[in-house]
Amino acid sequence: MSVISINKENLQSKMDEPSTMKPKEAVSIAANDDAKPHVASETKLVKTVATPSKLPSQTAAFFKWAIPPVTGLFLLMVVWSLIAAFTKGLPGPVATFNEAVVVFSHPFYSNGPNDQGVGWNILASLSRVGLGFSMAALIGIPLGFMIGRFEFLSRMTAPVISLLRPVSPLAWLPIGLLVFKAANPASIWVIFISAIWPMIINTAVGVSKVPQDYMNVAKVLNLSEWKIITKILFPSVLPYMMTGVRLSIGTAWLVIVAAEMLTGGVGIGFWVWDEWNNLNVEHIIIAIFVVGIVGLLLEQALILIAKKFSYE
Amino acid sequence: MEKNLQERYVQLENINMSFNTKKGVFNALNNINLDIKEGEFISIIGHSGCGKSTVLNLIAGLYTPTSGNLFCAGREIHRPGPERAVVFQNHSLLPWLTCFENVFLAVERVFNTETTAQQQARTKAALELVGLSHASDKRPNEISGGMKQRVGIARALAMEPKVLLLDEPFGALDALTRATLQDELMKIMVKTGCTAVMVTHDVDEAVLLSDRIVMMTNGPSAEIGEILDVSLPKPRNRLALAEDPQYNHLRSEVLRFLYERHAKKAA
Repeated sequence: MSVISINKENLQSKMDEPSTMKPKEAVSIAANDDAKPHVASETKLVKTVATPSKLPSQTAAFFKWAIPPVTGLFLLMVVWSLIAAFTKGLPGPVATFNEAVVVFSHPFYSNGPNDQGVGWNILASLSRVGLGFSMAALIGIPLGFMIGRFEFLSRMTAPVISLLRPVSPLAWLPIGLLVFKAANPASIWVIFISAIWPMIINTAVGVSKVPQDYMNVAKVLNLSEWKIITKILFPSVLPYMMTGVRLSIGTAWLVIVAAEMLTGGVGIGFWVWDEWNNLNVEHIIIAIFVVGIVGLLLEQALILIAKKFSYE
Repeated sequence: MEKNLQERYVQLENINMSFNTKKGVFNALNNINLDIKEGEFISIIGHSGCGKSTVLNLIAGLYTPTSGNLFCAGREIHRPGPERAVVFQNHSLLPWLTCFENVFLAVERVFNTETTAQQQARTKAALELVGLSHASDKRPNEISGGMKQRVGIARALAMEPKVLLLDEPFGALDALTRATLQDELMKIMVKTGCTAVMVTHDVDEAVLLSDRIVMMTNGPSAEIGEILDVSLPKPRNRLALAEDPQYNHLRSEVLRFLYERHAKKAA
């Protein structure tokens, strides 16, 4: 009797759907008349316990999921408040939040080139990143494909890439200023340089990692080079390519702040530097949060796009 | 001459094959000679690492022999061609294409002079032949291993090959699915009448399906140890054969070759 009930419990916990257990239960019950009422009452008991606990368990799961990140953010605020309390001139979370409300109530005002709303600054930075990044993608991805496909090209470009890749993109700013004779194209150029390496390298790695099985299929089916590229190489490299794109946009967004600090004009990086000159520290902290949030959104958007393209 | 060609539809002449590896030259095959008749079903059996897949890849044209000559229908084999279709062990379907698109990829290449409608009809017919019409819009990861291998067979058959090359086609499948697919393959071979070369390590599969079984010695420098004629009448039925003395004799012949005379030393 007790054996049966233990078995049943085990099985129930193993099966996703208790309803599939019903016929077997019935058989075992029929075999042992004595056990019948006991088992039946137990099923009821299990059910009455399980049904009401479903809703609380969902909220419990939500809290379990939400508590660690909320705690993390809360601790950040505490540490920030403590440091602010002991540092002259550094505003705490409350002061910064109040200032942020003011800043974001008029994001798109314009009082001449050196005093524009935070919205304009973000858009200016985003457009530079967009331009530099797009050009890097247009050149880097096809180049990565060719490097991955042709051994000669791979060995030819290897020393150049390994030499130039570790260089901070900002080191290229003076060269950009010299060649383009203007600040805006120079900062786009810096973004281009910072974004191109991950795309070249990841695309090339992706091409070299195309499973030999697929290439054998291509050979046996005698596919044309165009079909090989569109039906085999491109889809199988896509996930690697998206990783490259994600890394690139991350780096580009990191670099734009520093580049704009140096070049000036409109942009979130210059805004930080300008507010430092005005000693408006609240605005600097707001800018840090803005940069972080925009970067996070860019990353999440690309993860979403990458998911669309994954076939698994 | 005509008769000669039928008798030696696929010809392997003094094939030697060695690979350059990091540890030096590895001699895989040594002096392989084999004539395959038109419409014949040949199995190549041997322990793993004996180079049986290498033989298949040579006929497929994926490898070029170090020395020796290969012919198919009187023409030398240089590269893969549509008259020699391959069914890969791990099905090798492209995961981003549906079953239909996977087969269509082969069809549109081989029958490139036909209209799209004709090509689509061929693709449909091939999927129907392996009983997968209902799954034609599914992706490979949405169907079972047995179904994937059926698509692989459909892709090969859709090319209307003269020679069908099967590289351990059912090796990755469970025993029940394997048996079903073997039965279906037998029916398909009767329907299409094409020549087939199959690499396998399954003794029952070899005896059940083949007209001749090529048994290979262990590598390196593997050779053809013995060729066994399987003169069981066709069509064959696995249940009837299980009791058949001739079948069991052939089976034990192969087993004796593999486990007595050319037993693989325990690794």
